[in-house]
Amino acid sequence: MGWLDTVVQGLLLGGLYALFATGLSLIFGVMRIVNLAHGDFSILAAFLAVMLVDALALHWLLALAVVVPLMALLGYLLQRLVLNRLLGRGILPPILVTFGLSIIIQNALLEAFSADSRRVNPGGIDTASLALGGGLAVGWFSLITLLVAILVLIGLQLFIGRTRRGRAFRATADDQATAALMGIDDRGLYALAMALSLGIVAIAGIFLGVRTTFAFGSGPDRLLFAFEAVIIGGLGSLWGTLVGGAILGVAQTVGAKLSPGWGILTGHLVFLGVLLVRPQGLFARQRRRD
Amino acid sequence: MAQAFRVQRATRASRVGLGAAVLAIAALSTLPFWADPASMRRLVEFIALLVLAQMWNLLAGYAGLLSIGQQAYVGLGGYALIVLADDLGLDPFLSVPLAGLIAALLALPTAALVFRFQGGYFAVGTWAVAEVFRLLVANTGALGRGTGRTLKAVFPLARETREMATYYLALALGVAALVGIYVFLRARFGLGLMAVRDSEPASETLGVDVFRTKLIVYLLAAFGTGATGAVIYLNLLRISPDAAFSISWTASTIFIVVIGGIGTLEGPLVGAVVFFVLRELLADYGSWYMIVLGTLAVSVMLAYPQGLWGLIAESWGIHCFPVQRRVEVDDTPRP
Repeated sequence: MGWLDTVVQGLLLGGLYALFATGLSLIFGVMRIVNLAHGDFSILAAFLAVMLVDALALHWLLALAVVVPLMALLGYLLQRLVLNRLLGRGILPPILVTFGLSIIIQNALLEAFSADSRRVNPGGIDTASLALGGGLAVGWFSLITLLVAILVLIGLQLFIGRTRRGRAFRATADDQATAALMGIDDRGLYALAMALSLGIVAIAGIFLGVRTTFAFGSGPDRLLFAFEAVIIGGLGSLWGTLVGGAILGVAQTVGAKLSPGWGILTGHLVFLGVLLVRPQGLFARQRRRD
Repeated sequence: MAQAFRVQRATRASRVGLGAAVLAIAALSTLPFWADPASMRRLVEFIALLVLAQMWNLLAGYAGLLSIGQQAYVGLGGYALIVLADDLGLDPFLSVPLAGLIAALLALPTAALVFRFQGGYFAVGTWAVAEVFRLLVANTGALGRGTGRTLKAVFPLARETREMATYYLALALGVAALVGIYVFLRARFGLGLMAVRDSEPASETLGVDVFRTKLIVYLLAAFGTGATGAVIYLNLLRISPDAAFSISWTASTIFIVVIGGIGTLEGPLVGAVVFFVLRELLADYGSWYMIVLGTLAVSVMLAYPQGLWGLIAESWGIHCFPVQRRVEVDDTPRP
């Protein structure tokens, strides 16, 4: 595999990481909290997809169509019934509660599905590739993943930038108290944001499951990659997550090519390097600090 | 009419608590003469988790530093023990405090990175750095890569001697951590620290150096966590990167502190007892104890954020280790 190929694979991997990062970024942008169970929810979605694909012999796209709304509903209920109760109590409770959920989900998945690695039956899409000439070929599935990531980002940007609900999102993100005074139902808005976040991360989890194997403990790594993509891209920048994901993806594939054990480590080190040199990220939007 | 008041620090419960603590420590120090090795190993584990919990409580409960990456220092302390004792030929028991120092030294560059984050991002940032340490160790040939290493320096010792020394070392560490944090919090520095936790801008205007205060606490917690990591692996003898740098250290620690009561010295003690009892009760049910503990911790956070100790202290007004200052107003009119 040549270097150009390695870089192209890394860039495409960035599409998947952007899918993981978008939901995390959205929640932080609107509520200023970090959902530490973000990665575990994606793995939960992937397990649900495996169950549907294996038990009902569904195509994975159909399973996706079932699991994504289900996860969005779970997100809505999580925010309404659990996280909204913690509003106004500082940053500590939401972090500790989502961390607790992360450990609960991991151990529940271990009990339910054992420690074995699973994979969503890809139905042949994983091996199909597109020849670009010059000996370079890219997998169709990686291209589709990137395309889905771009579509999700466009959709989210249109929603936040053009709709009435989106304006309420922006207002609440800027100044929750004033937005609430203007009659915005912030609790309902947060529930909607969490539904969107878990819906998107369910897509990410299922695409991960089609692409490669995963197990009960795969969640934390997904959270870290998502987090790193957000920080590299710059807080508050939707398209920055795509660039951040791509940089992380390239770092990982190049690192793995240099030495097999160094893929993920190189990604982490590039993240720390960016943090050291440009702590605000590459495309940080200037926003009021609160 | 001027009212007389005095600042009261000790309470009757705190005098009883102090007496009980001294008695408990005296009883615990006789343990090697009558208990079986399995109970001693379990008690070492209990003390280790308790110290980890006290250290995390100091970070999160008193300094507002929500680290999810303390497993980094458990692992670094454990590996430092192996390198100091096996590779450099130092006494394995003396290596325990040195391992804590090494962890604190490595915490300095780590702080330079993670202190750029606030709140939730600090949490994930510390977690990412812990992963970096795990992967670096797992890729280092001299440290045994992914398979890890075995502590060989203690092999010449008789098993009873080693177990007794490990036990007393753990007990000393536990007492030192409790007394150290108590004294530290009651001193001027502790007052500044709690001011920082309650309001950073306000404490800054009162002359508290917020950054320095947080850094000192972070380094102290790294020292205590690293020394505990060394004790844990002196007890286990076998270390691997996945186990030593596992998030489950921090998960257990956080559950203990949250269930017991964050921001109190008594809370981690109560939480550690709950943790051990539940783990023993659910020993035959795989990882269910983590699910139960996690659910308990989440419920406590939702319904009663002061934790079990907070509930006890509020109901009966008991403070065994009071670090706060209470003002008592003398109502009797003076001539």
